[in-house]
Amino acid sequence: MEIRLENIQKKFSSVVAVHDMNIRIKDGSLTGLLGPSGCGKSTTLFMIAGLYAPTAGNIFFGDEAVTLLPPEKRGIGLVFQNYALYPHMTVLKNILFPLENMKIPKKEALKMAEEMADIVQIRDLLDRKPSQLSGGQQQRVAIARALVKKARVLLLDEPLSNLDARLRLETREEIRRIQKETGITTIYVTHDQEEAMSITDDIVLMDKGWIQQQDSPQQMYLNPGNQFTAEFLGNPPVNIIDGKITDSVLVVCGEKLCGFDGVEDQPVVVGIRPEAVLIGNGDIKASVRLIEIVGKDKIISLDLKGCLIRAIVSLDYDCNVEELLSFSVKHSGVFLFDKTTGARIKGFAS
Amino acid sequence: MSIIEGRNTARGTVAAWVYLLPALIIISVFVFYPLIMAFRMSMYESYNFYKNVGTGFGFASFKRVLCDSDFHIAVKNTLFLSFVAMPVSIIISLVIALLISSIKKFQALFQTFFFLPYVTSVIAVGIVFRWLFHSNYGLINYFLGLFHIHPVAWLNNPKTTIYALAIYYIWGNLAFNTIILLVGVQNIPKMYYNAARVDGAKWGKIIFRITLPQLSPTIIFLTIVGFIASFKVYNEVYALFGDLGGAANSAYTIVFYIYRTFYGAGRMHIAAAAAVILFVAILCITIIQMLVSKKFVHYK
Ligand SMILES: Nc1ncnc2c1ncn2[C@@H]1O[C@H](COP(=O)(O)OP(=O)(O)OP(=O)(O)O)[C@@H](O)[C@H]1O
Ligand SMILES: [Mg+2]
Repeated sequence: MEIRLENIQKKFSSVVAVHDMNIRIKDGSLTGLLGPSGCGKSTTLFMIAGLYAPTAGNIFFGDEAVTLLPPEKRGIGLVFQNYALYPHMTVLKNILFPLENMKIPKKEALKMAEEMADIVQIRDLLDRKPSQLSGGQQQRVAIARALVKKARVLLLDEPLSNLDARLRLETREEIRRIQKETGITTIYVTHDQEEAMSITDDIVLMDKGWIQQQDSPQQMYLNPGNQFTAEFLGNPPVNIIDGKITDSVLVVCGEKLCGFDGVEDQPVVVGIRPEAVLIGNGDIKASVRLIEIVGKDKIISLDLKGCLIRAIVSLDYDCNVEELLSFSVKHSGVFLFDKTTGARIKGFAS
Repeated sequence: MSIIEGRNTARGTVAAWVYLLPALIIISVFVFYPLIMAFRMSMYESYNFYKNVGTGFGFASFKRVLCDSDFHIAVKNTLFLSFVAMPVSIIISLVIALLISSIKKFQALFQTFFFLPYVTSVIAVGIVFRWLFHSNYGLINYFLGLFHIHPVAWLNNPKTTIYALAIYYIWGNLAFNTIILLVGVQNIPKMYYNAARVDGAKWGKIIFRITLPQLSPTIIFLTIVGFIASFKVYNEVYALFGDLGGAANSAYTIVFYIYRTFYGAGRMHIAAAAAVILFVAILCITIIQMLVSKKFVHYK
């Protein structure tokens, strides 16, 4: 089921939580709705679910306008930020509840619930109360409850935020598996860029109620449309430095970094991906200010005439603080942004 | 040290008793001693309160109480309050609480409004109710008159006194019950309602499958408290009917019976026997309630 939002806006008395939003979510895809806390992700999701009515705009599922339909008529399954399993019902009763409301005969409902329980692998937990389950198990029950009514669309609101780091990794793979297995169009809300990058087909990035970009994770990382997108994706984060273009050359802190054809002379904001800083390869000189070890990587902070630039190298690269290193930058990992609007300025390598 | 570490050493135990001593003394003098005296009193066949001497020993007083027709009225009325008036009061409160919680504006105002009776004196309200129930000038009969129903002598007809008492009792409990239930309703996380809407539950289903189960601890709490309170109704009888307890003693409750027997008739040992019976009854009912509620109530 393709989902389209056209000029969607949501106001809460005085606050505008979502501004003029236009997105298209492909049928059968797993789309991430990504953004910092408070940017309007849940609000958007709740409008798609029908729990909130948009202040303006239209929502379509396929060709059908659903803007005015109540949640139960939309054929959606929703997993809430903290699951919202009914605490007084057993797991089985929780999963049966939506079917009960659809007046499906008991026997058939039971069969559907058990099938669903098999898919999310909670068959042996059906008689427990939600409070007797671990976070990961609760989450799977919530997914089962959302999907059991043969939902056309699955909406997940930060489904992993209550889990510990290891379980989070496992569970997101699990969600991916369930999504692939059922082929259901899924919207996955998260504020964790890594999570979004690792399992989604497509990402919608939001900030302060505005859409920043919609693209595949890879494209969004390699080709950010603006400064916010570049900064939000990637860990360690992109280096942001002031610079300027003179005669088609990018100059940062008085050093010529690389050539940029097709860009007028102007001051710019420069974003440099840490992995695009190629140490020991080039003739720009900088001293090592700080060395951090992060897992299997080493992050080296270079002092380029007062500008700090982080570079990422492998753990076995040997260097010391204060050491003078030479480096160059890879053109594809250097982005230019407009100083006032933050919009991307594109140029060519030269 | 041992107390802080929670160990059961001899020194720790002694220290604990020392800390508890003041409270224990007060409880002994004002609770245990009267309790034991009441038990002792109830076992005499005749008893002089002022000299604190009694003669005869046995269950004669209990027999007197159990055969007393006034006591039968009292038990019947008390059971009516416990099993009819108290549940009705909780149901009405529940409806009011659900209504108040569903309005957006002026919620706080209504909340205050419904709490007012709670801070008003039972006796003062009783005077107002006496007027409401008045057979010629009362507002209640006026309303009945609008529907061509003959005026009812609420407070003077032995057949209707218990209804007057029940209405007054229900009204008196509304405030407390409503406020407690309202807090309970407001404490139910909103996400359950959202989840239920997504799951396609209709309004009535949401109330019965989400709200009520979530409220069940509150409802059980109110039932237990209300039940015990209904067994101790006395003020209300006094406020509506004065010292005599209604026409032909028809508005007697058990506690009012005890009071009348104690002061009015001066048969202290009989009153004590009735008090012991009441004590045992409340004890049994509470135990049963605890056992039953474990099965049905959802605690977090
Ligand atoms: N019911 C509401 N009434 C008023 N303002 C609201 C309401 N719900 C959300 N908002 C506001 O709208 C904005 C977006 O909120 P939303 O819950 O959609 O953020 P979010 O992206 O889901 O954040 P998080 O990651 O913290 O869950 C916030 O500024 C929030 O304060
Ligand atoms: Mg949210």
